[in-house]
Amino acid sequence: MLLRTPFHDRVAAANQTSLWSHWAGHLVVERYQMSEKWEYTAIRNAVGVFDSSPLYKYRITGPDAERYLATVLSRDIRTCRPGQAHYTIWCDDRGFVNEDGVVYRLSDDDFLLTAAQPNLAHLSQLINGRRVDITDVSPEFGILAVQGPRSRAVLAELTADVDRLGYFDHITTRLGDLDADVTLARTGFTGDLGYEILVPTDDPAAATRVWDLLFEAGRDHGIVPFGQTALLMARIEAGLLLIDVDFEPSRLAENDEHRSTPDELGLGWMLRDLDGDPDNDGNARKFIGREAILRERRDGTSRWVMRGLLVDPIDHEDKYHRAGMIPPRDHLPVHDDMMVYDNTGERVGYATSFLYSPVLQRHIALARIRPDHADPGTGVNLEFTINHRYVQVRADVARNPLFNPPRKSAPTGPAPTGVPQ
Amino acid sequence: MSDANERYDAIVIGGGHNGLVNGAYLAKAGLRTLILERRHLVGGAAITEELRPGFKFTTFSYALSLLRPQIVHELDLVRHGFLPLLMPATFCPMDNGDSLVMGTDTGENLNEIARHSRRDTDAYLQYSHDIEMVVRAIKPLIDSVPPNLYDTSPEGLAELAGLAKHLRTIDGPVLHNLVRLLTGSAADFLDDYFESDILKGWLSSSGIIGTKVGPMSQGSGLVLLFHNMGEHDGHYGSWAFHKGGNGGFTQVLARAAQSFGAEIKLEAEVDRVITVNGRATGVALRDGTELAAEVVISAADPRRTFTEFVEPAELPADLLDGLRRYRYQGTSSKVNFALSGLPQYPSLPGRGDMFRGFTNIAPTMAYTERAFDEAKYGWYSTRPYIDGCIQSTVDPDMAPPGQHVMSCFIQYTPYHLREGDWNAERENMADNVQAVLESYFPGFGDLVLQREVVTPLDIEQVAGLPEGNIFHGEFLAPQMYFFRPAPGWNQYRTPIHGYYQCGSGTHPGGCVSGGPGRLAAGQILKDLDHER
Repeated sequence: MLLRTPFHDRVAAANQTSLWSHWAGHLVVERYQMSEKWEYTAIRNAVGVFDSSPLYKYRITGPDAERYLATVLSRDIRTCRPGQAHYTIWCDDRGFVNEDGVVYRLSDDDFLLTAAQPNLAHLSQLINGRRVDITDVSPEFGILAVQGPRSRAVLAELTADVDRLGYFDHITTRLGDLDADVTLARTGFTGDLGYEILVPTDDPAAATRVWDLLFEAGRDHGIVPFGQTALLMARIEAGLLLIDVDFEPSRLAENDEHRSTPDELGLGWMLRDLDGDPDNDGNARKFIGREAILRERRDGTSRWVMRGLLVDPIDHEDKYHRAGMIPPRDHLPVHDDMMVYDNTGERVGYATSFLYSPVLQRHIALARIRPDHADPGTGVNLEFTINHRYVQVRADVARNPLFNPPRKSAPTGPAPTGVPQ
Repeated sequence: MSDANERYDAIVIGGGHNGLVNGAYLAKAGLRTLILERRHLVGGAAITEELRPGFKFTTFSYALSLLRPQIVHELDLVRHGFLPLLMPATFCPMDNGDSLVMGTDTGENLNEIARHSRRDTDAYLQYSHDIEMVVRAIKPLIDSVPPNLYDTSPEGLAELAGLAKHLRTIDGPVLHNLVRLLTGSAADFLDDYFESDILKGWLSSSGIIGTKVGPMSQGSGLVLLFHNMGEHDGHYGSWAFHKGGNGGFTQVLARAAQSFGAEIKLEAEVDRVITVNGRATGVALRDGTELAAEVVISAADPRRTFTEFVEPAELPADLLDGLRRYRYQGTSSKVNFALSGLPQYPSLPGRGDMFRGFTNIAPTMAYTERAFDEAKYGWYSTRPYIDGCIQSTVDPDMAPPGQHVMSCFIQYTPYHLREGDWNAERENMADNVQAVLESYFPGFGDLVLQREVVTPLDIEQVAGLPEGNIFHGEFLAPQMYFFRPAPGWNQYRTPIHGYYQCGSGTHPGGCVSGGPGRLAAGQILKDLDHER
């Protein structure tokens, strides 16, 4: 049976298109109104609201919870203080990534982990006698993401606490007249200034009230609900990876071509200072995959570098004109392989996500590029299908994220406007 | 000359969008470039002014229309804050209280058209396709220097042959539609497709913007075609608002120009271009400062470029003759409002989404033609055509929360009134505009916090556009392409060596396209290359 999210009544009323899709067993909206680009524009120019309740949520508690997570999660949880959150990954022994998620540290021994796919059995198997309790609390919270340059101004009308949140901080607070605690976190999947509100579902009216409060506070700030399509547009610009699109969980992959290491996904920044001896050096951790990742780094065996591609707009237009066609600039995300070649025609990578980015005014892609072609600025060729033929268009390799406004991670302060810096 | 340090490779007169584009390209090519602006801010007629705290008015130009997409990339504008905002709606109120609201979903749009005419639904698809094919066919001509019909050198003939070769690549039916548009009226063209008055009223308004023609005048087809050359995010015929209004856009251009090394000098009004032996050597400012440069480029209109900055006596008679015939006859005004809330349309109660684009007051072609009739005889329209937009519904930073700015482009308001003058008629004209708005949006007047009236005379005196023509001269076939601004002088050069033109009085013409600035820069750099 398909589930409804705690916000379903409001979501359904706002959905003018009757277009629904399914995500993690839930009914979710593809786009609320006729223009997904309008919803996307709200994320970049005003404020948008996304229902991300279908995420899986795990409560991890107990005296050994930190030690457990320090072993299971690749990023060092010991550097995450209560009131902070980490974007993190977990790997297997071969140093391949299983999944990614956000872990919120609620207190010294109390954590909430969100993930796109179910992980309870996998995480439980790794407890190995430690004093840790893992509970699937997925139905206990609804999550609304409030994203965009005006998100802080809107939330500031509901709680003064919003101004206390630095990037990836969270806090327990109350919104407006709502008689329930919610968790407000400065997180999101859009690469913009944004927040997520975790609303407990024990009082079913709370979720509806939060939705109403947000839209009342946001009415004069151009607030709109946005669906999956707008989210997936924004995340490509933001260089945020999508499971089963940009990578696959190692434990479910068919072969190593479908597996990736953290360094190959551009997530190596999570894993600094791995060199010390974990048995003698308190700062070096024994975590799952550590040995393999160290070996990969020592031997230089990474196969790919995750990069952005900036397609040359002039060459793109020219190739279409030569074919007697008007170059499409369709902003709908394409989640399919597109081959990347060097100038000799040798394949040097492949793109996994592709988009015409309105904010960058060009086609962009997330791509795995062979390390010898991965320096930013390297010219490559991306393969399109034009006029029923394969045609290569020039593109430049670039560092992710391709769109990275300072407001995203700026320290707290006066609410910024939408003017990009 | 005052000081050796003050010597530039290039001096651009005028910091409007074409001057900024031109200066940016020249600086990018390595020229030491100075852009001189008469006023206290750059932008020319593309400015945003905060006339009331929190309310940003687009005083003159109000939308990104025909901006050439190459400029975005070649000048790296995204890095400097370029951010066009989609207009997801077009709203056309009708006299019977109904309306046509067009959005972004084709199927839904066809349903909306079908409410007015079932026959017009697939006709609309055909029309859109036919226009798109014409636009694509002439796009290369918009983005290149036109041949000079007076140039009989081998190079000149080769340019003409190149044009003929391009025309040969265009399919016959497309070429036929092109000629119909270039020579005919918007009304005739639209009548061939549609039966619905509101659809034709809306579409025909592209055929009159900024030009002293009615939809039934020959020549309005050309204007219609031109306004469909807009291209945003790959959608031909689409327009956008820039973040922060069109002033936000020219600020982006200024930052881009400066990033390439161009200097911008504000409140620097040029008195004249200094010439020695038929060669431009610099400019003299009103304050007496003289600045030396290898080339001087005027982004001003043809009148100032040829008759004010230089001695007409230095120019050949045929050019002066052409300039005398060149028509400005501005006929547009702006009335801008600060509003305490959104206007209400009685048959769409409580809705505001239809304001996120143009609100087009032209319920029938006859309505617009009647508005034009009065202008033919030297008076402004009793019930004018209005192209309104409430930019704050798309860009919340344009007005305080819950309040709005509304830009209204008005036609017809001829520069030359048959009696009286614009200083006397300014508020009367704006009252006509407000009365029309009140008739469609009852209670509109109660929302008005402030009203700014910009007549053709204001456009001339403040923005410096002769007779208030928003395009630096009419979009009429005799003064386009081969002949803009004058036959024989359509390639950005002037009879004075080292003196160039890059304003909207040159090809491809007006609108915030940047095309003249870009093409002129290419010509200048080519000439300098030859000389060196």
